[in-house]
Amino acid sequence: MTSVITVPPSLDDHTFEQVVEQLASVPHDAKLLVDARHTRWASPYGLTALLTLGQTREERASFAVPEAEETASYWARTGFFTHAEEIYDLHGSVPKARGGESSVLLEITQVAKSEDVHEVVGRIQQKAQLILSKELNIDAKATVGFAMTLSEICQNIIEHAGRGGFVAVQTYTYRKRLANRRVVVIAVCDAGCGFRQSLESAPGFVRNDRWDDAAALEAAVIRGVSRFRDPGRGQGLAGVRRYIGRWDGKVSVRSGTAKIAIVPSWDDDVPLAEKLAPFPGSQVQVTIPERVSGGPRQ
Amino acid sequence: MMHIDLSSMLRQTLSCELYSNLVTRPTGAAVRTQIEALLADSRERSLTVIDFSHVGMIDFSCADEVVAKLLLHYVAAERADREAYFLFRGVTDDHWDAIETVLERHGLALVLETDDGARIVGMVNDGERIAWEKVYELGRAGAADLATALGSRPDDAARMLDTLHRRRLLMRLDDGYIAVGGLGEAHA
Repeated sequence: MTSVITVPPSLDDHTFEQVVEQLASVPHDAKLLVDARHTRWASPYGLTALLTLGQTREERASFAVPEAEETASYWARTGFFTHAEEIYDLHGSVPKARGGESSVLLEITQVAKSEDVHEVVGRIQQKAQLILSKELNIDAKATVGFAMTLSEICQNIIEHAGRGGFVAVQTYTYRKRLANRRVVVIAVCDAGCGFRQSLESAPGFVRNDRWDDAAALEAAVIRGVSRFRDPGRGQGLAGVRRYIGRWDGKVSVRSGTAKIAIVPSWDDDVPLAEKLAPFPGSQVQVTIPERVSGGPRQ
Repeated sequence: MMHIDLSSMLRQTLSCELYSNLVTRPTGAAVRTQIEALLADSRERSLTVIDFSHVGMIDFSCADEVVAKLLLHYVAAERADREAYFLFRGVTDDHWDAIETVLERHGLALVLETDDGARIVGMVNDGERIAWEKVYELGRAGAADLATALGSRPDDAARMLDTLHRRRLLMRLDDGYIAVGGLGEAHA
């Protein structure tokens, strides 16, 4: 029997939880159909997370592509189907990707090794500078911090996931939350070992009663704890947090059964969500909003 | 004096002409290993210019490897056999965030070449900064010279010179100290 997972009409980091909840009761080796026929919109997080979902299956899963021509065409331009056809058996009409998508800063890209990060950073720099300064009213100098942020998050996959993941960068408009302000969003998702297991592999690691996915996320994201004894480790995520703070952005990291977020005033997400349905690996989202005035926060 | 163009070294490391960004820890480690291999053949006292001029950007992980671990290798250890000094050239705002972060993390300082000379940056206290700047200004100084210039006691000045030398911010010669990036670089 094939289990069917229904993808919500609008797929982002919040609604992806509905997908994970449906998945929780499906054995890893069960036949699976991911049904996105009625999905009309997906964020970079949603798209990259769908790809990692496929990677978690022991048996190759099926994927029903969106029926809405506009949606399927957009997903094609983000590079989704290029990767999806490697992971899923696709059902439905898969459009050919014709031309670039102007809102896509970085189409969905697989990250598995150090050279991939060079490629990602190299590809994004010029376009990011244009978007950050022209669309988001952010000083062009912030491009370097943006590229550093992207680089450090991608490296997390290589160093900790134990397998490749996906990254995508896109701009769009937050109509409700930010009253039509533009945002740039980085999504990096992998289906690897996740933060808890990564930290547990540290030499001399001792588990305590409170140790779980949430504790692991707090340790890694807030306190910069790394599985390596090297005192230089853990600076990447700390640097990401600093950059986010400077530009009033948001970062959220989901791993296992927990999600931690640095939440700016314009967002109403919770700082820490626990006891979520389990999902392998880690899923990171960084959101930088358009500046309404001047430079960074002091 | 040895000159290391990090951009060229990066391209050799990656065997790729396309990349100009110092990103990822493995890349940083590979570049640092190359620098250390070059220094292994150098004289007992060497000054090396680490040139960022053609580097697009550097991330935290790479800065930790290329800058912090390189300095730690020669600063932390008491290496009687070899004294390696570094002068950093071409460092712009695009590189500074990452470099500053790793210097702070490890309590390190370095000498930056600037348009009008050189300056020390990173984790230095006011006393160290003032003393370094005075030696830089004097060109060559012993404890007595520094004590006179600062109006301090000679043994305090001697301790300060020793501290700055241990941190590889001053070069010790037979007859005194010179600032890295100062007059003496031609003699190294």
